[in-house]
Amino acid sequence: MTPRRQRMIVIGLVLAGVAVAVLLASAAFQESVNYFRTPTQVASGDVPATRSIRLGGMVADDSVARDPGSLTVRFTVTDYANNVDVVYTGVLPDLFREGQGVVTRGRLGADGVFEAEEVLAKHDENYMPPEVKEALANAKKAQ
Amino acid sequence: MIPELGQFALVLAVGLCLIQGVLPLWGAAVRNADWVAVARPAAAGQFVFVAIAFAILMQAFLSNDFSVAYVARNSNTALPTMYKVAAVWGAHEGSLLLWSLVLAGWTVAVAVGSRGLPEIFAARVLGVLGLISAGILLFTVATSNPFERLPVPPLDGNDLNPLLQDPALAIHPPMLYIGYVGFAVAFAFAVAALLAGRLDREWARWTRPWTTWAWMFLTMGIALGSWWAYYELGWGGWWFWDPVENASFMPWLLGTALIHSLAVTEKRGLFKSWTLLLAIGTFSLSLLGTFLVRSGVLVSVHAFAADPARGVFILMLLGSITGTALVLYAVRARNMVAEGGFHAVSREVALLLNNVFLVGATAAVLFGTLYPLFLDALGAGKISVGPPFFEIVFLIPMLPLLFLLGLGMHTAWRTMQATTLLRMVRIPALVAVLVGLIVPWLWFDRLSVLSAVGIVSGCWVVAASLRDPIALWRSQRRLPRGQWGMIVAHCGLGLFVLGVTVTSAYNIEIDESIRPGESLEIGSYELGFRGLRNVEGPNYRAVEGEFELRRDGTLVTVLAPQKRVYNVQTSPMTEASIDSAWSRDVFVALGDSLGDGAWSVRLQYKPMIRFIWFGALVMALGGLLATTDRRYRNATAPKPSPATDTLEDAA
Repeated sequence: MTPRRQRMIVIGLVLAGVAVAVLLASAAFQESVNYFRTPTQVASGDVPATRSIRLGGMVADDSVARDPGSLTVRFTVTDYANNVDVVYTGVLPDLFREGQGVVTRGRLGADGVFEAEEVLAKHDENYMPPEVKEALANAKKAQ
Repeated sequence: MIPELGQFALVLAVGLCLIQGVLPLWGAAVRNADWVAVARPAAAGQFVFVAIAFAILMQAFLSNDFSVAYVARNSNTALPTMYKVAAVWGAHEGSLLLWSLVLAGWTVAVAVGSRGLPEIFAARVLGVLGLISAGILLFTVATSNPFERLPVPPLDGNDLNPLLQDPALAIHPPMLYIGYVGFAVAFAFAVAALLAGRLDREWARWTRPWTTWAWMFLTMGIALGSWWAYYELGWGGWWFWDPVENASFMPWLLGTALIHSLAVTEKRGLFKSWTLLLAIGTFSLSLLGTFLVRSGVLVSVHAFAADPARGVFILMLLGSITGTALVLYAVRARNMVAEGGFHAVSREVALLLNNVFLVGATAAVLFGTLYPLFLDALGAGKISVGPPFFEIVFLIPMLPLLFLLGLGMHTAWRTMQATTLLRMVRIPALVAVLVGLIVPWLWFDRLSVLSAVGIVSGCWVVAASLRDPIALWRSQRRLPRGQWGMIVAHCGLGLFVLGVTVTSAYNIEIDESIRPGESLEIGSYELGFRGLRNVEGPNYRAVEGEFELRRDGTLVTVLAPQKRVYNVQTSPMTEASIDSAWSRDVFVALGDSLGDGAWSVRLQYKPMIRFIWFGALVMALGGLLATTDRRYRNATAPKPSPATDTLEDAA
């Protein structure tokens, strides 16, 4: 094999390796992108059908309800223009409270109830996720 | 009056930094010895003033001076003293001051440690550091003054965020900052080399220990943060690919590449311009991290609400520091000529591949971290990139990296026979495959393909690291400390990989509701809930659960997770309770009262999770050994003695 040919093979292998890596990475990327939606966007049907989204807003007052003794909890996420009912099974984060900002990750069920797989609350009592802040501001402007 | 003195000290420090930045650089350019000589005294002076400002802020915390807005927001009379100290860097303004203090500390260390270096070169390094310090201090004074007063001081402060009231978190930010701010030194060395238009092997020998020190602290800082997240956030995870975690991890990855590339530049006079580019890139990622964390563009534990002016300022700082360095690089890098060639099977190639994979991993993490921000900035919608992306794109370069690492450690410089190399790693490879496949099978009765690959990789790295020490022990030879550093650090990486793989493959996580008197099973353990009691802390009240952990009917320990409510910030906080051992952790966290006396609990069994942090600690220890190698101790020696060179080549 000539050195030139050898070099071509090496370069070819490297390119093939990079191509495979990029393909795998972009597939993984497609899978793990979560879009952020506000209750108003969900109400207007702006929800990707097949993938999970992050729904953010405030936990509506007097909306948190749980079946006694069970880990399943229901609450409403609102941007004060529209509401989305959420159901979640699991341990809630420390700062989850009515009247506080929340971001949940999950899918919108056929019945219009959002099935959350994960609930994220802020980590500091004065801190508001910027997305939620903006969602509330937008909803207010639209009114 | 005293806080105003702190502010005044900061302003004076800015002035001294500018002097330290401008005069020596100018003096070096026009060969004016008097101006060059300004560098060291100016560096000492700015350190003194930053330290005074820092001490004044700390005193304000210790004396509960709530007329200072920052103290009022982040402290409280009931806050334990240790956390009053930690509260100094508990929020935005103070943590920037810590950033400046750390940079000033590094600057003084360089001023002292560079006495043996050529005067002009040392002046350039200190000048660059001075300009960076000036930028950060200006940012602090202009947008984030920690000494701002309140017109009407409150009677008591708002308390430190309860999440931050923790020993590991008290030392996590200093460690992290010493690490990633420390890369400023490598950056300054790189810029000084570019200004001189010349880079020799000596340069690499001067730069290496500084880079490794920074890397060592960053390793420990990241590990501490991960450990804290594990037990304090109450979720039981140890890494979340949170953008802020990535912000500190990216400089680490690129810094690791830099350490390896520097080795080639020192030993063989190769990869010169590449090393410079890595040095610039690593510190730029540190600055990018600062921007991500301090500008409020991110949603995270670490992101404090901030005004946009801050983000713009840091972005401009990042742009001018990185931009200037890159322009200089573009003009000067072609002067850095390699001093020789190398062959396909050689340490040069091994380290080149190391760099390719580490840079690839950094690029992937950078993409996943910044892409959502770009989309948002373009108004194209808000997205977040989840952990699955990072896990996969990180694994793609890491698996070949781990495989090649075991080989690369045993390669020789310049060239070697492939058959010799294979003969050297035969036994470690065999041991790794056997141990990696059989032990998990015996321990857990099951093994998936991916976890087998991970466990064998971890065993391979550990076994390959131990090959040389065992061979040396049998032949009674000695190794230089730098070599030991490499062996120990790689061994630590192997232990880390084992911890990560075993934990993620065999962990058990249960969220369940439980009543007093009931019990839950997890793996071969049984957790009985005995009941709850009230506990009173210095600045909080808590409900404490009492859980008996049993294995085969024998009591292992009693676990007492708490649900705390802090008196001032009134937000509930989960304090998990963990029974830890080398082989596994059992983790219990209290959730909420579900009514009917039932509580939700999070219960986790995490085999070998301690290896994750232990491995990182061992890596850092490797860094410590490498930096204290004898050949760095006397930086004045004109040339590395031939004796050390041959000793290392033989090893």
